[in-house]
Amino acid sequence: MPFVEGLRCRECARPYPAEALHVCEFCFGPLEVAYDYDAIAASVSRERIAAGPLSVWRYADLLPASPDGLDLGAGFTPLVRAERLGAELGLRDLWVKNDTLNPTGSFKDRVVTVALARARELGFKVAACASTGNLANSVAAHAARAGMRHIVFIPSDLESGKVAASGVYGEHLVSVKGTYDEVNRLCAELASDHPTWAFVNVNLRTYYAEGSKTLAFETAEQLGWHAPDHVIVPIASGSQLAKVAKGFKELATVGLIEETEVRISGAQAVGCSPVETAFREGHDFVRPVRPSTIAKSLAIGNPADGPYALDAVRASGGSIGAVTDEEIVEGITLLARTEGIFSETAGGVTIATLAKLAATGVVQPDERVVAFVTGIGLKTIEAVTEVARPTAEIEPTLDAFAASVEIDD
Amino acid sequence: MSVNVRIPTQLRPLSGGASEVAVEGSTLAEVLKALDAAHPGFRDRLFDEAGKLRRFVNVFVADEDVRFLQGIETPVAAGQTVSIVPAVAGG
Repeated sequence: MPFVEGLRCRECARPYPAEALHVCEFCFGPLEVAYDYDAIAASVSRERIAAGPLSVWRYADLLPASPDGLDLGAGFTPLVRAERLGAELGLRDLWVKNDTLNPTGSFKDRVVTVALARARELGFKVAACASTGNLANSVAAHAARAGMRHIVFIPSDLESGKVAASGVYGEHLVSVKGTYDEVNRLCAELASDHPTWAFVNVNLRTYYAEGSKTLAFETAEQLGWHAPDHVIVPIASGSQLAKVAKGFKELATVGLIEETEVRISGAQAVGCSPVETAFREGHDFVRPVRPSTIAKSLAIGNPADGPYALDAVRASGGSIGAVTDEEIVEGITLLARTEGIFSETAGGVTIATLAKLAATGVVQPDERVVAFVTGIGLKTIEAVTEVARPTAEIEPTLDAFAASVEIDD
Repeated sequence: MSVNVRIPTQLRPLSGGASEVAVEGSTLAEVLKALDAAHPGFRDRLFDEAGKLRRFVNVFVADEDVRFLQGIETPVAAGQTVSIVPAVAGG
């Protein structure tokens, strides 16, 4: 926080103070945090980061808030070498960033800890969000931890695990009969009418989005302060992908890594692929769609940061792929059986897209590739109930076992 | 015939602080033109130099995104509500 100069419109560069503002009053462009990078470069070091907490807050110099009392342990998740998955896909240097191991089971903890830390600094007492599920889980948990009230909004067709993982924290959980995009619009208007609520992805969005940079920071640190050649990132609103790109650039700007170009590729579900469509058709704008996919955490038909995700992918020489619901389930089971990681549907999208991009040569065999697996499978068991069943059901006798189970020793 | 336009916080300084403004018009283009006539300044905020809606402005007629309808030429019936909403990050 000491290095924040203010906010700036990403479209027209108008400056704003570091308050709960997210949209340029003039052109409606999103606001971004502006840092004093020279001052950060003079302060930050690999040693200083290594001595910090085992959470996203080890990178506090590059975040727009201070963590006091609001650290559930978000981030610093394992980066694992994925040799068996790599062998299946023909990739010799593949890694998985296992973000299923966050406090509430998804990467959303990274953005929420930053947003609510800043919200408390600004004096907010109520935390709120529009969510496809994971964000609501994280806001509710962090609000409970911080002693804040909360009110979170979700579409009514969510998986039961994601509903329970918000409801358990015991405050307002509003189930809206509509799509995420409709929930989002409702919350954008509610945020106007309730300026004392900290909607993490509306009026606190500017700070919230910065949390995703820590995926890039950790990846580089865990690779011995080297950026990978290529990262595969799921796309919902596009914010995460754009901020991962920003994260790698910032590390070079402040001298923590060498200046390198990281190829960034995006992953979407065919049932909600507005950014992939824009990429394929060569557009620099994103036409909204009505989502229909099992990857509900990625089912944003009107992605606010879609244009920036497109820019980041194109500037880096990456690509964007889209996969069917069937391929998503195959992606989940492939990751599970080769690496022992049980991902939610978004991770299935990432792995299946990686497989597709590897098969078509976009991802090259010798690249050092990192796939971001951003949420845990236990919240979306509906997606795998058909394929993840008992392989035998028997009476409790040795004879019954011998008669029905064959296994190679 | 009268149409209600919901104004987001960011643009309320233009409407004298009002969160809703009633104007006349039978298409979205006419409604927004009337809004700018009643409260000058809206045009520059909502449209770019080429006269197209800015890419981070979302407009809804009766709760439907106009990009699913006929864009700026979407018909608006008396009593319907037009909402101007800034884009929001993901969840």
